[in-house]
Amino acid sequence: MDNHFDIGLDELRQKLLLMASRAESAVNESVQALMQRNHALALKVRADDDIIDAFELEIDEMAIQLLTKAPLASNLRLVTVAMKVCQNLERIGDEATKIAKRARDLADEPPVKIVLDLPRLASMALVMVKESLDAFVQRDSAAARAIIPRDKEVDALNREMHNALALHMMEHPETIGRCLHWIVAAKSLERIADHAKNIAEEVVYLCEAQDIRHHLKK
Amino acid sequence: MAAILKPMPNHPLDQKSGSSPALTVRGLSIFFGTHEVLKKVDIDIAARAVTAIIGPSGCGKSTFLRAINRMHELNPDARMEGEIRLFGDNIYSRDVEAVMVRRRVGMVFQKSNPFPTMSIAENVTVGLRLNGVRDRRILTERTEESLRMAALWDEVKDRLNDPAISLSGGQQQRLCIARALAVQPEVLLMDEPASALDPLATQKIEDLIIELKKDYTIVIVTHNMQQAARSSDATAFFYLGELVEYGPTTKIFTNPAQKRTEDYVTGRFG
Repeated sequence: MDNHFDIGLDELRQKLLLMASRAESAVNESVQALMQRNHALALKVRADDDIIDAFELEIDEMAIQLLTKAPLASNLRLVTVAMKVCQNLERIGDEATKIAKRARDLADEPPVKIVLDLPRLASMALVMVKESLDAFVQRDSAAARAIIPRDKEVDALNREMHNALALHMMEHPETIGRCLHWIVAAKSLERIADHAKNIAEEVVYLCEAQDIRHHLKK
Repeated sequence: MAAILKPMPNHPLDQKSGSSPALTVRGLSIFFGTHEVLKKVDIDIAARAVTAIIGPSGCGKSTFLRAINRMHELNPDARMEGEIRLFGDNIYSRDVEAVMVRRRVGMVFQKSNPFPTMSIAENVTVGLRLNGVRDRRILTERTEESLRMAALWDEVKDRLNDPAISLSGGQQQRLCIARALAVQPEVLLMDEPASALDPLATQKIEDLIIELKKDYTIVIVTHNMQQAARSSDATAFFYLGELVEYGPTTKIFTNPAQKRTEDYVTGRFG
């Protein structure tokens, strides 16, 4: 028979996975809205962000209740990591909302004639999010560690797109407003990859009790 | 509180190296009849630090504590093997009397046990008087010093001649700590000192433990892992008479190396 604490931990884990699934969908849909110039889908993503925010409040409340029972060792690490993963998911939701807002505005204007590899950037960020959450579920430290260096690839691709858009703005000043929307959207995807990296670092702490944050910058 | 926690004059710890362990235990086994309650325990206990001993009932933690001041010898069936050194001195050497060991290694028990017919002041000085101290000035000074160190002075200074049993449970436990401190021990052993106290009295005892480690080596047995986490620098986990794991408290409670420790501190057994 599981004790009440274990049941509470399991509920926390399940709730976090539901939130993760919502956050992943939000990113997917926001990118879809952007690429397909889908105004309605962009509005839906913005509205759904309230659900992700509500998850954050609920998960924090559950975690605080579990902390009052003073968990130790792997239980303590799981509760604290869950709170941090939850915060990162909430911010992923916020970034999706920002992309959706740009998608909404761009959908109402003529398209910019520039070839951008935004789907690849989106795909890289989304795969990082998905794999970091898989690593959390499976408590796979090696998989989590493998995700972390990929953030640099996302950063590089974002820089590339930024430069291309800056050049395009110089050559076509009439597109500056629209190009800025694309720059912000790309930056949001880059931030989503940052949050995936944060989650991966938390998974390493969960599994190994090693705090590897900031070490890789040295 | 820190200002009043000056070491007592001629405190033995002041003459010892601060870096060497207070207690060095090697191959310690304790038998009650044929039953081996402690099994070849090796452990070094740091001076001027708090070491918590945790483990499920029957794991040998209280026996370990009692072996440090030879109290297990009160059981006629008890037998020990191995060695315990207190700042290098073998406390089981033939020429060392148990009474002298207990003067250097004080003990505070789970249930406060002040002498019921004595006053507060008499309880504090009973150990000194048994050791032949008669000088009133010394006894008065030591009473105040010990009660101050036990964070009880302000609460009892105006009623030192009242019966000890007029105090609350938490105050009685601090009085027992003052009584143990009055004979200037080097090590203070505490066997679940707060398990019978309410949260506020428990907090006072825990604060006191943290203050006292500036001057004393403290070993505390506790079933309350949060208490161990809050109060101790090092933690030893005993199971079935064996020392399973010993290390910094933060490490034991966030990332124990042994599965048995992890299972115990996460409540999977015990």
